[in-house]
Amino acid sequence: MSTETPSKTDPSLGDYQYGFHDSTDNYVFKSRKGLDEEIVRQISGIKNEPQWMLDFRLNALEIFFSRPAPKWGADVDQIDFQDIYYYMKASDKQEKSWDDVPEDIRKTYDRLGIPEAEKQYLAGVKAQYDSEVVYGSLQEDLEKQGVLFTDTDSALREYPEIFREYFGTIIPSADNKFAALNSAVWSGGSFIYVPPGVHIEFPLQAYFRINSENMGQFERTLIIIDEGASAHYVEGCTAPSWTEESLHSAVVEIVVKRGGRFRYTTIQNWANNVYNLVTKRAMAYGDSLMEWVDGNLGSKITMKYPAIYLMEPGARGETLSIAFANKGQHQDAGAKMVHCAPNTSSRVVSKSISKGGGRAGYRGLAKVVKGAHNCKSSVVCDALILDPESRSDTYPYIEVEEDDVTMEHEASVSKIGEEQLFYLMSRGLTEAEASAMIVTGFIEPLVKELPMEYAVEMNKLIELQMEGSVG
Amino acid sequence: MATLTITDLQVSVEGKPILKGVNLEIKEGEIHALMGPNGSGKSTLAYALAGHPKYEITSGTIEIDGVNVTELDANERARLGMFLAFQYPVTIPGVRVADFLRHAVSNRRDPERKEGENLMPMRDFRKELKARMEELGMDTEFARRYLNDGFSGGEKKRMEILQMAMLQPKFAILDETDSGLDSDAVKVVSEGVNRLSGPEMGVLIITHHERLLEFNKPQFTHVMLAGKIVETGDASLAAELHANGYATIRERHPEEAAEQSSEQEESLASV
Repeated sequence: MSTETPSKTDPSLGDYQYGFHDSTDNYVFKSRKGLDEEIVRQISGIKNEPQWMLDFRLNALEIFFSRPAPKWGADVDQIDFQDIYYYMKASDKQEKSWDDVPEDIRKTYDRLGIPEAEKQYLAGVKAQYDSEVVYGSLQEDLEKQGVLFTDTDSALREYPEIFREYFGTIIPSADNKFAALNSAVWSGGSFIYVPPGVHIEFPLQAYFRINSENMGQFERTLIIIDEGASAHYVEGCTAPSWTEESLHSAVVEIVVKRGGRFRYTTIQNWANNVYNLVTKRAMAYGDSLMEWVDGNLGSKITMKYPAIYLMEPGARGETLSIAFANKGQHQDAGAKMVHCAPNTSSRVVSKSISKGGGRAGYRGLAKVVKGAHNCKSSVVCDALILDPESRSDTYPYIEVEEDDVTMEHEASVSKIGEEQLFYLMSRGLTEAEASAMIVTGFIEPLVKELPMEYAVEMNKLIELQMEGSVG
Repeated sequence: MATLTITDLQVSVEGKPILKGVNLEIKEGEIHALMGPNGSGKSTLAYALAGHPKYEITSGTIEIDGVNVTELDANERARLGMFLAFQYPVTIPGVRVADFLRHAVSNRRDPERKEGENLMPMRDFRKELKARMEELGMDTEFARRYLNDGFSGGEKKRMEILQMAMLQPKFAILDETDSGLDSDAVKVVSEGVNRLSGPEMGVLIITHHERLLEFNKPQFTHVMLAGKIVETGDASLAAELHANGYATIRERHPEEAAEQSSEQEESLASV
């Protein structure tokens, strides 16, 4: 069993520390390359799905083929959808003990530090490897309180009623081309249900790993936070540094009911050859709080604008977003806040950093529909550009159909200051240390919102991005 | 004995010559005052010594203990014991004083330390930082604040002296550290400098005022005019300049005085 064959990976991708990969020789199932009705039927068949899901998939496939690729944002025309594997199953079933996970895969997660983190500070874990979830756990007391935390395929089988009530209702297949693609070929992802009044103290973590070359990973996540309940979900993602590109196109649907609180944290660190095109949306009901904490460091192209629809009075939405674009990367990230009810409030704080010719941007929508009186919306986006080759863009869209609304928008762009660098260097810091410190300081207001372990991780990732930045 | 030796230093900023041959030797334990009218090159000397990339050394050398540092970056000079207390310290948002200082002190105490290597142990660092802050009458809460962010003028100057106290340089340049401070604050700063200057550190105090020099009596006073040191004396020279201004200096050095005033007119004209 080989764990590393570095000759096949792309050395130009630099010292990305998660760029190793496992052999795919022992995979249980690999689809052929390309996308058509037969592949969709095959995926649905392997999963032994009910007819309605197959119909749902086929309908979505039609929408996907009929929609043009978006002409705005990042350049996605380079993606050859027929050169991708849409379904790769590495192991037979999902295990409840790491000891039962096939050795190659277990070793990979060991290197990513997941089992260790699980022991220390997580309430539950899902590990997805290519198309399927290979490991799952949930603390026993949460299980007893009725919390459901499973992969989305199992949820379709085991909790069909609640599943069908919400699945595809928050993000319909026709929402956008990539949501349609996901709806056609989805596999894996997390399903979470937190019953009324249940509070989950520690984070639930999902870890998404692409292993195969030319792989498409299409996880589908559905989360329902019932009335007065609260939880925090964290997802991390990495992939090998293959020469050929991979595609990650997820759909995440969330419902936060009256008085609930939910935070969804992403630390996206895909290898720099992954197209990351993700649709994420939450519906927040009366007096609830929904928060996205969205960190984008990896990938070749990311297009992701987590949305919150504030559906009833008193709902609050908050998005904290960090994007770091290095050489060859384009992070087109942002946030959408849609005020559908009176007395709702939203806040967006976005920080983007571009370096080495990278391009990072904020694209956001703040919308207040007719009848949504007395809403408050605040958007602050700051960009830091580290060198003259790099680029930052800000595209704030505002649509307001009521008068009694408080809207604030602030944007700033700064270049790393020569005087700041000199000040720190005159105290004995190297130029690289000084730049890293300034960048870490720039994102500090967001990082301090993260649980300690993730804050440490985020700072470590930023430091890695900053290493060797000075010639 | 540690010595800072500046030999025939010529410095240009954006192609314009500012320093035109400065010679100066500072030994550890000595206090030197550097005076002179605005635009005579005092701050330029300070920045050039610290290694600011905009201040181009066109000729001459700077040596610390016989090591030529003229071509070294600011951080390498700092590790060898150079320190500049800034007249206008910049703000670094999001960077906590304690995190920054622990990094800086680790590099100063272990000049061979590479990026990513271990920092000074947290416990030792905290203990030392707390002690120095107490000596300077600073609330230890400052350690958790962002560097110079929202600090008053006086707080910034104290922060500079705190950094000096933690870094324990061999040579410190205080660039108008006393400007904009009330007399109580000047006293605190002076006491801080006195505590450190002792036999271990040489100090170059750039100032327009007398107060700092009252508390930190210089053995040498240098007067700059048009990018050169035109006179060197003892503490009484500083007192004389405070009493009489630069008129008599200009009379004694008419050539430099003329050059200085024509340069000032030129720079005013270009505004």
